[in-house]
Amino acid sequence: MSRPQPPIAMLAELTHVCPLACPYCSNPMELTKKSDELDTATWARVFAQAADLGVLQLHLSGGEPAARRDLVELVKAARDAGLYTNLITSGVGLTEAKLTALDAAGLDHVQLSVQGITAALADRIGGYKGGFERKMHVAERIAEIGFPLTLNAVMHRHNLDDLPATIALAQRLGARRIEVACVQFHGWAEANRGQLQPTADQVHAAKATVEAERERLKGALVIDFVAPDWFSDFPKACMGGWGSTGLNITPAGDVLPCHAAESIPSLEFANITQASLSDIWYDDAAFNAFRGTDWMPPLCQSCDRRDIDFGGCRCQAMAIAGDAKATDPICRKSPDRAKVDALLNVAPSEAPFVYRGRV
Amino acid sequence: MKDASVPCLPRGVRLHYDKVRQTHVLLGPERALILDDISHVILSELDGTRSVGAICATLAERYAAPVEQITTDTLALLTDLAHKRLLDHV
Repeated sequence: MSRPQPPIAMLAELTHVCPLACPYCSNPMELTKKSDELDTATWARVFAQAADLGVLQLHLSGGEPAARRDLVELVKAARDAGLYTNLITSGVGLTEAKLTALDAAGLDHVQLSVQGITAALADRIGGYKGGFERKMHVAERIAEIGFPLTLNAVMHRHNLDDLPATIALAQRLGARRIEVACVQFHGWAEANRGQLQPTADQVHAAKATVEAERERLKGALVIDFVAPDWFSDFPKACMGGWGSTGLNITPAGDVLPCHAAESIPSLEFANITQASLSDIWYDDAAFNAFRGTDWMPPLCQSCDRRDIDFGGCRCQAMAIAGDAKATDPICRKSPDRAKVDALLNVAPSEAPFVYRGRV
Repeated sequence: MKDASVPCLPRGVRLHYDKVRQTHVLLGPERALILDDISHVILSELDGTRSVGAICATLAERYAAPVEQITTDTLALLTDLAHKRLLDHV
């Protein structure tokens, strides 16, 4: 296997603490305690190592990164390291004073999540009363300061029909970009599949909306759309290939090839307090587990799409086929495709959400 | 985008020299575009005061190249970036 290219992007999960409790949270089922989080100096060292390794984009995420008291210091450390610094936030907990301080620290960009276009729906999804109103207030302050803004809308059965209004909200808030991401059923979302899974009709309508709105809003609003792959014939090139472009650091310092990688029980992850980021990126067993094509089953090895989708998503193979080395079961050629179709037939459930736990 | 347009990089979009890959890049929200020499030269000229026409005239003189060719390349680059919301113009 040839030496991998350096990574472009790093997701730093600063904390698992969050005021919201969204039922599709991408944090693992087992959340990290605040007392086990990396300290300020360690994160600053990691940011410097990331820049030296070739990382250009840093995403500060959580949980809710504003729950870290040292957030402003961390942004400053990231900018000092030369990283493009993006804050991924629900907005809840971002005071006016903190936003002003983040501006002075050099924060490049804000990505604000929205759970719905009305307070009633958004607060029900987030499990936090008053959250929507707080968020709208924060959005105004973000616009006043002039931070470039991306709206991040996680979509599912309860809000996918509101997609046109969600795009209109992004424009009203002055966003340059909106990310429309359909729920991916790992972790907490998996426990809420019946409650959240959109219908095929909803997904097809959303694709048509995105296509029309992209054309209408060209030059005004960029629309990035992460469509669910369940109705596709072939899997998506997850992460652009395992260990090829990005990496993820958990609040306690474990270094992962993707944020869901902990769902693969056979993998063990290095911790940033024990090894350098460069050593982990190039030599760690978890990063090399699915790099290149040697690990692939014969079905993928011999496929003409081998270098297009790289066998798809390893976590999806684990979750649905029960084997992280299997062909992504989304693929029509996969012997496990019937399992995906069975999941798509899961009846819509009106049961209460299983909310993400509290740290 | 026209000759008379005045382009600039908006807040949150900036040029950066990537020491590891030894190339200039344009950084923006969720984007890192590797720039070839020509693109880097053009984007380095943007100051929010001079028009596309004025910038192309400067470059034509500096590189002793036909202004029509430079204008075509420049408008193509800037229009593409504007569609991606990585460039503002008035």
